Amino acid sequence: MLAMEYRGPKRVRAVQKPMPEIKHPQDAIVRVLRTCICGSDLHLYNGNVPDTRVGSTFGHEFIGEVVEIGSEVTKLKTGDRVIVPFNIACGECHFCRQGMFGNCHESNTEATAVGGIFGYSHTAGGYDGGQAEYARVPYANVGPTIIPEGMDLDDAVLLTDVVPTGYQAAEMAGIQPNDTVVVFGAGPVGIMAARCAWLFGAGRVIIIDKQDYRLEFARNYSYCEAYNFEEIGDPVVFIKKITDWMGADVVIDAVGAEAAGSAMQTITGRKLLLQAGSATAVHWAINSVKKGGVVSIVGVYGPTDNLIPIGNVLNKGLTIRANQASVKRLLPRLIEHIQNGTLNPKGLITHRIPLAEVADGYRMFSAKLDNCIKPVMIP
Amino acid sequence: MEPNVVNTPIDPKQIPGWGVDADPKNDPTYPMRARMNVTQDPDPKHRPDTLQPVDVEKLRSIERPNITAVYGTTVPPMGLSGAIRRLAFKYSENRYRHWLPLIVADRVQVVEGILDDLVHGKVPNIWAEKGYDVEWKHNRSAFVTKMATIAAVTAGTIIWLNSGSKNKGFRRRDNQRRY
Ligand SMILES: [Zn+2]
Ligand SMILES: [Zn+2]
Repeated sequence: MLAMEYRGPKRVRAVQKPMPEIKHPQDAIVRVLRTCICGSDLHLYNGNVPDTRVGSTFGHEFIGEVVEIGSEVTKLKTGDRVIVPFNIACGECHFCRQGMFGNCHESNTEATAVGGIFGYSHTAGGYDGGQAEYARVPYANVGPTIIPEGMDLDDAVLLTDVVPTGYQAAEMAGIQPNDTVVVFGAGPVGIMAARCAWLFGAGRVIIIDKQDYRLEFARNYSYCEAYNFEEIGDPVVFIKKITDWMGADVVIDAVGAEAAGSAMQTITGRKLLLQAGSATAVHWAINSVKKGGVVSIVGVYGPTDNLIPIGNVLNKGLTIRANQASVKRLLPRLIEHIQNGTLNPKGLITHRIPLAEVADGYRMFSAKLDNCIKPVMIP
Repeated sequence: MEPNVVNTPIDPKQIPGWGVDADPKNDPTYPMRARMNVTQDPDPKHRPDTLQPVDVEKLRSIERPNITAVYGTTVPPMGLSGAIRRLAFKYSENRYRHWLPLIVADRVQVVEGILDDLVHGKVPNIWAEKGYDVEWKHNRSAFVTKMATIAAVTAGTIIWLNSGSKNKGFRRRDNQRRY
């Protein structure tokens, strides 16, 4: 059968490959009816995802017709036309049972930070993808979903990734009524996220990208405001300015590792491959959201080798909420704790340092000398 | 509803489906388990009943005890790149020692791939594999500039390397005279 084959960075070709086979009783073989190239395939194509082996077939967005099923497949029969979610999920493991099908623990042997994904390198399990005439679909009782009668196949194929990813981006953002939502990245997922933000009651939706054609599309499709970051100056300042100097309530990063716009990130991430891609968008997101706001990340970052493993935050579906303490709010309760003897803060103090020796104090603390936990200075 | 052709803030209530999924429980930290109405115990030890037989070499993260119940069988580790990959998988996902060798192995395998093509009597059509035809079609002037730059840099490098080797002796003498 004909299949796409990766040969090296920016080198792919179509070749004849052997037909996929049933390897597990819950496998199905589908004849691919539609398959997309996704923005995240470009990370593979550019050679930025570790363990992308020459000879692999990409393609995690596909729908198809079932042509063969394994002995334990009960929910599908040959001839069924199915939407195949991009993640491979067993439906039974700890994570699948909580509905975290994107985090299945029984589909990727090569890594624990990410579940199995069709055609997405050995880091995501080493499965061939759907950019081929036929594809092997494991756990056919779980993921594949019969295409509803009358649904356009082009709509159906977008249900494998773009629509659910965009929707979940908005969902994870915890949008509250009338929130201002900013989306970085006007690719298909970003545009879908902007559209879905309204479903959650957003009051204003803004999308930022650098391609005018994508912005124009987003403006029309998602009814949102759209700005080119090359024309607005610093996007962080711009967002502050148009939100009464508060920042957005919610920022969605739908860009990921191929982000432009920061020389430092481009060089260390995209050129030298010292980081798992360029983390420009997540920087902008963190800096342009308002205090107490929510950043929702769906842009793909590589595995561990960012300065902070931001890709693993995404792949593992972590929730990050963080803040400096609002001391005033907490004080009454804490005073009670100390008065009752529940807390004993002074037990932390290890060093008393005269003000005259402040340099030594700083040195000791910063270099963690003399088992210093907490120095207190005495003038 | 009318598309937003200019950047005007619009009345959200006119947008089809506005607010239909708004839910006070829609909080990023709202427990996934409760949201999914999970009644089963999410037993961390549970595995699918049937395991895919291991009949190809499958590298395994040291952060898990076993091979997953299903796995991809494509492109098992082979040759020098395979050896590098096996080495990389001795280290955890937390280490550069895991990821950087994998990137090196990927590059090594590109060369192996070309050799493999040649061994099988096939000269890889790199022009086509890189999709230069469409570049030529849709992005001609930029493409020509890029190619010219690459050619110039390559030629320049060759000239520089040649001149470097020939002139080494002279240059050293020059230096001696000057100092
Ligand atoms: Zn995709
Ligand atoms: Zn699972």
